Amino acid sequence: MRAARLLTLFGAPALGLLAGLAFATPAGAEEEIVLPKQNWSFSGPFGTFDRAAAQRGFQVYNEVCSNCHSLKLGYYRNLAGIDLSEEQIKAIAAAKSVPTIGDDGQPTERPALPSDHFRSPYPNDKAARAALNGALPPDLSVIEKARVGGPDYIFGVLTGYGEPPADMKMGDGMNYNKYFPGHQIAMPQPLQDDQVTYADGTKATIEQEARDVVTFLTYMANPEMEQRKRMGVKVIAFLVLLTGVTYAVKRKVWADVH
Amino acid sequence: MAGLHKSEIENPVLNWIDTRLPVITMMQKEYGVFPTPRNFNYLWNFGALAMVVLMIMIASGILLAMHYTPEKTMAFDSVEAIMRDVNFGWLLRYGHANGASMFFIVVYIHIFRGLYYGSYKAPRELLWMLGVVIMLLMMATAFMGYVLPWGQMSFWGATVITNLFSAFPLVGEHIVTWLWGGFSVDNPTLNRFFALHYLLPFVLIGVIFLHVAALHITGSNNPLGIDPKGPQDTLPFHPYYTIKDSVGICVFLIVYAAVVFFAPNLFGEPDNYIPANPLATPAEIVPEWYFLPFYAILRSVPDKLGGVLMMFGSIIVLFVLPWLDTSPVRSARFRPVYRVFFWLQLLACIVLGMVGAHRPEGIWVILGRVSTAWYFLHFLVILPLLGKLERPLPLPESISRAVLRGGGGGPLPGGATAKPMEKV
Amino acid sequence: MSVTAHAPGHASGHEPGHDAGKRDFLKLVAAAGAAVGVGAIVWPMIDSMNPSADVLALGSVEVDLAPVPVGQAITVVWRGKPMFIRHRSPEEIKAAQDVKLSQLTDPQTDAERVKAGHEQWLVVIGICTHLGCIPLGNKPTDPRGEYGGWFCPCHGSQYDTSGRVRHGPAPLNLALAPYEFTSDTKIKIG
Repeated sequence: MRAARLLTLFGAPALGLLAGLAFATPAGAEEEIVLPKQNWSFSGPFGTFDRAAAQRGFQVYNEVCSNCHSLKLGYYRNLAGIDLSEEQIKAIAAAKSVPTIGDDGQPTERPALPSDHFRSPYPNDKAARAALNGALPPDLSVIEKARVGGPDYIFGVLTGYGEPPADMKMGDGMNYNKYFPGHQIAMPQPLQDDQVTYADGTKATIEQEARDVVTFLTYMANPEMEQRKRMGVKVIAFLVLLTGVTYAVKRKVWADVH
Repeated sequence: MAGLHKSEIENPVLNWIDTRLPVITMMQKEYGVFPTPRNFNYLWNFGALAMVVLMIMIASGILLAMHYTPEKTMAFDSVEAIMRDVNFGWLLRYGHANGASMFFIVVYIHIFRGLYYGSYKAPRELLWMLGVVIMLLMMATAFMGYVLPWGQMSFWGATVITNLFSAFPLVGEHIVTWLWGGFSVDNPTLNRFFALHYLLPFVLIGVIFLHVAALHITGSNNPLGIDPKGPQDTLPFHPYYTIKDSVGICVFLIVYAAVVFFAPNLFGEPDNYIPANPLATPAEIVPEWYFLPFYAILRSVPDKLGGVLMMFGSIIVLFVLPWLDTSPVRSARFRPVYRVFFWLQLLACIVLGMVGAHRPEGIWVILGRVSTAWYFLHFLVILPLLGKLERPLPLPESISRAVLRGGGGGPLPGGATAKPMEKV
Repeated sequence: MSVTAHAPGHASGHEPGHDAGKRDFLKLVAAAGAAVGVGAIVWPMIDSMNPSADVLALGSVEVDLAPVPVGQAITVVWRGKPMFIRHRSPEEIKAAQDVKLSQLTDPQTDAERVKAGHEQWLVVIGICTHLGCIPLGNKPTDPRGEYGGWFCPCHGSQYDTSGRVRHGPAPLNLALAPYEFTSDTKIKIG
């Protein structure tokens, strides 16, 4: 929990002994899942999205994830942010059909435009559950922001499949996953080696595919990130200068008081 | 006193206005030459900082309201549309969301500064009580604002907090239904929370105006806690404190900007990026960090009504604080015993905050109860007794003597205890 | 509001001018910095009220012209505005072409307002240039005014068969939108 970590951070200096006492005691019954930390192109104050990885990640999303998961807050035009050209985006969109109302007033489909939202695989949650044994695949639009651990969590789940320990009872149709809370996940292992064929010749290992799709999904959850960080660097540099000047004025103004 | 004001402004246009409505004279009197104790430390920045944050919140909030849709099927998506499609919408939204946290950080420091230096004591009781009203209004506003994105934490936070009122016998259930406008938190709740979230900040401005007006009647307290005895003890507000506040504002903005631009979800819960689902409560439900101490008090009492009463009581007790603290000495600098208890109380509040962030299990239950008990003990028992039992250190003759002696503090023996600039 | 404390002993901000010059310069820099800072934060706030990306992305509409008979007009919506598409008869085209530019409030030839080779199709934004009402004249039963084009019910502006203002308070001709023919009977607006 972020709030907990935050308070620990802020409270720690003042707390001393009491806190030490509290943290020394074993936590509750639930075991803590430790997500391996990955290096991401987009982490840190100057991090940017690795364009090639994000484009490959879109391919993984498009060919694998999108069969079950929606990305309904995203638009095809958002792909411009990972440097796909207007023509490429138009072609990607045109290959999908989205529901519309025809001239005769009946529901029909038309090719998607860049201004359309990503097509959802199911018309609604009920249809998804009906098709998937009762499980509802979460929408992936903001998944990076919606999970503790963010990119490391998604990467962990995508690569964390394996055989359950001998003493573990698995539910019907459930799959064992090291990093999923409770270790039982309804989603079957989505990525395999060479599940997709990358146009740029990158070898499509599970790790590579996971890394790429996480980059793409992080972009889709935070399309503003690069603009935000660039602006932040300027704003803070400006404020530091302004603080310096203001403090100098303060010293001068107060010089006669002390 | 009817009659035109005799304005001394030279500019004829300004003079014309000032003669009929002496706002310029008033501003000069209250913010220009206003006599202010000369020994403020940087903790006296935080009132001005709170004002700055409020302005940022109102400006960004009005712009956000232009894009936000208070309807349960669209609220979540409209917030994300602000983040994605509105020009600089992410700046408005992250600035506003983190601005709430910044507001509480600033105001909590402002409050603890008041506690340390006895700013609530006569003649500033009403000033202090207006401050408590401001805090209550802020809490209500922040709570309702947190509901608006209609994520899982929004929804379940709203459910849990409104359900607090169900603890009251007889009328409780009716109050809750009335608050909801239905039989669960739903669209009517979201709609009214939006309306009130827009309204309350303007009520807040009204109370803040009274708070500042009261401040300008009594004059500011200061780190020594003694009254200015003459012109030698004060400085005109401008330029001395306008510039000092400006330094504080700049430093504050650096911290604020660092969060908004580089860690915009630091104070947020990931669960609030999952759209509200009335059929599934998230595994870990916690309020925003600034409510954690109160949440901890609520949970520390094993009785539902008792917990609610204690939680509200923890704020109500602040209203009567000026009469609970019986010591005539204001500043903790001259109250060696109170000073220890002040830090213990601060510690209790921080521990309560940590307790609120953890599940009520094991050590956290004990810590929660001990700190809750301590919180009330401090205000209701220790402070009244301390005023009678404690022997305060001798006070300096005047602010200027204390300042000019470089910390001697007048006839103070072993004067090191009274350095006006020691705490920054 | 009255004040209990005393008036200040020294006037605001004056002291021996040993380095007043340097101080004033610093003050100036600080004030300029603050002004720049405020300006820099005001721009995003103003810009947030400009059309957002999703509004801008709703670029174009395609219209099939085949069902529109000669002499009739249809209205389609583009960027939230009504677009008038009129199938003009040869007489109407001739009338539009024969007008002397000197008679026009906003001189513009008919050729400038249609696509060459598709003179029978007039595509204009259906908003009166006076104060934004939608002129009548698309439905067969609508009044079309003296000049056979459109008639604005709000203040009586009249437009001819080329959508040019001929009478009334409107200062400009009905505006044109970017469009192109994707085939003989299909256009794409935007």
